[in-house]
Amino acid sequence: MSALGGLAPYALLILVGFLPNEVWRMLGMAFGRGLDEDSEIIVFARAVTTAILTGVVGKITIFAPGALATVPVAVRIGAAALGVAAFLLIRRSVFAGVATATAAIVAGVLVFGG
Amino acid sequence: MSAPPVTDALALPRGSAFLGGLRAGATSVFMVVIVGSYVSIGALAHDLGFPLLWVVLSSLLIWAAPAQLILISALGAGAPPLEVALAVGLSGMRLLPMVVALMPLLKTPATRARELVVPAHFTAISMWIESLRLLPKVPRAARIPFANGIGTSLMSGAVAASVIGFELAQALPSLLVAALLFLSPMSFLISAVRNARVTADRVALVVGLVLAPLLAWRGVELDLMWTGLIGGGVAYAAHRFREALR
Repeated sequence: MSALGGLAPYALLILVGFLPNEVWRMLGMAFGRGLDEDSEIIVFARAVTTAILTGVVGKITIFAPGALATVPVAVRIGAAALGVAAFLLIRRSVFAGVATATAAIVAGVLVFGG
Repeated sequence: MSAPPVTDALALPRGSAFLGGLRAGATSVFMVVIVGSYVSIGALAHDLGFPLLWVVLSSLLIWAAPAQLILISALGAGAPPLEVALAVGLSGMRLLPMVVALMPLLKTPATRARELVVPAHFTAISMWIESLRLLPKVPRAARIPFANGIGTSLMSGAVAASVIGFELAQALPSLLVAALLFLSPMSFLISAVRNARVTADRVALVVGLVLAPLLAWRGVELDLMWTGLIGGGVAYAAHRFREALR
């Protein structure tokens, strides 16, 4: 990213980050009313965003960026699985799940090497 | 006709709904989640070579951690801008129904459209849940500043956390930075598991998790867009199938 330098990252921030995200908020304002939380289009929209979101998580776990790339891929996958398991086992606590996954990354590297 | 007395009204600090909103945001359980996610996002942005000012602006302008994670990781990996815009755009779809649900709580007959722009911009999952929970207890005329207070508070926490994450990524050893980078994807994954209320959500969660790395590995262009559309489509089909069985 630094290779681009100058104002290019800021132009990208507006064009491919801010605008495609903000348009939904402004459309929501214009829409006014008439959308039920359980209507079919909302079910579809939520499924699309969920798939994209976990898709990014999957990509980051497999093709890790930056410092995460120094952690072996098996440790990353194992840590993610442990995190979800901890969430399910420890009173469905998101905090317990995230803390376990993060600690498992550190423990995994210390035990199996980086 | 006088308005019915509000029995469970929230105690607002002397006449200031905005301050009341700031306080509600600062003490929200979401503050912890936001600080964790944004420390992670700040660290990732530093690791991939983005300037600090860029990171701060991305939180102020985008104000959606998933979109920011997509933007930073995809641009950082050198993805084509159009591909990034499509993925960010699809990830933002969920904001539309959230804003639609929030507006009737904020509006009075005297409300002008431009007064709603700021609370619409502040709409993100954290602010939205807190607003829906607390606004019914706030007098209608005070709701817009109250909602803006919640948004300002949570967004300030996010910006501060991203600056801290950015600085930590400079100072910490690589293994701890790796752990920081892992924090926000894991918090999204586990929150998605928790929020998967219906069949469609569960199917989308699993298909997305598996499909995106597969498409990226096969070198398919627009991998995240296809993940969203295919994952969302399969999930929606599963939802219809289940409804039909009832």
